[in-house]
Amino acid sequence: MSALYEELKQQLAQERGVALATLVRSSSGQGIGAKLLVFPDKSFHGSFGLPELEARVVEDAEQAIWIGEPGTRLYTLHEQTFEVFIEGFPPPPRLIIVGAGHIAIPLTTFARTLGYRVVVIDARAAFATRERFPHADELIVAWPDEVLARMDLNPSTAVAILTHDPKFDEPSLKVVLSRQVGYVGAIGSRKTSQERNERLKQQGLTDEQLSRIHAPIGLNIGAKTPEEMALAIMAEIVASRYGKDRTAILDWSRK
Amino acid sequence: MRDILPDVERWRARGERVAVATVVSVAGSAPRRPGAKLAVSEKGEISGSVSGGCVEPAVIETALQVIKDGKPQMLEFGISEEENFEQIGLACGGTIHVFVERLDW
Repeated sequence: MSALYEELKQQLAQERGVALATLVRSSSGQGIGAKLLVFPDKSFHGSFGLPELEARVVEDAEQAIWIGEPGTRLYTLHEQTFEVFIEGFPPPPRLIIVGAGHIAIPLTTFARTLGYRVVVIDARAAFATRERFPHADELIVAWPDEVLARMDLNPSTAVAILTHDPKFDEPSLKVVLSRQVGYVGAIGSRKTSQERNERLKQQGLTDEQLSRIHAPIGLNIGAKTPEEMALAIMAEIVASRYGKDRTAILDWSRK
Repeated sequence: MRDILPDVERWRARGERVAVATVVSVAGSAPRRPGAKLAVSEKGEISGSVSGGCVEPAVIETALQVIKDGKPQMLEFGISEEENFEQIGLACGGTIHVFVERLDW
């Protein structure tokens, strides 16, 4: 007994995403309290005794991991109805900053204050120092795309690409856009961004992938100093986490 | 879930059985959202909340029963705000469903 509970506890302690689905009502009254523990790769433990129902619940539960809005869903199967309560437990939000320049320092501070785990990556050892980033959870001196390729990138992950140097930024973008991350933004003016998009397109990225890049990065708050730019970026990351696009931000009539 | 874990772990370490009550749905204005939990130990200690106080006594009673018989229960609380204010003295209306189960999964 308690195997699923122990596993859930472990997933939470290790800050990994997981969802728990509980059968709370069924028209036959059978199976109430049965549970599935669903992992990000759609594998699951536990049983409802009905593989068809399990398959449908696992699809919804996997999405719920990242949305984190618990609720019940109704399923109809062979003229029976089942009410399943699904709750997702996303891992804590994480911000990966590529490029340890002057904006990255206040951005690390803001993100930490907002409860993000912060990882700073830069191939340039002179920039990525503990003196400059005493508050980063992880500081990695290496080629960013190689590090990113090995990381668990998921919808709780935000990535801010800030090196200004195409030889770092573009390979990083290629890795990040091949995964499902919650947010990706890249520094550069509109013109720089356009040119970058064209180069990335030639390298095989699709329009859909390119449309996921927030560029120019950050909300248009008139930021001038590195701190203000960091604020604009952080605000955009939060807005994107809650599904607000740029046009919704000042519109209180929109939920 | 995370908020009740430390207490639940403490009770389990003492060898006590535990029930967990979860808000699974909410209609109208309710003080806690779906997913809010109240854990109850065999001895009647509590952790967390499902309503901010209005329905806790009934939930705790059910939870102690569920600990004994192991049969999960779905509770429904639907109290208009006026009625509620008069009877219980707390301003929390709406209808909530609370699922109570023994932690043996």
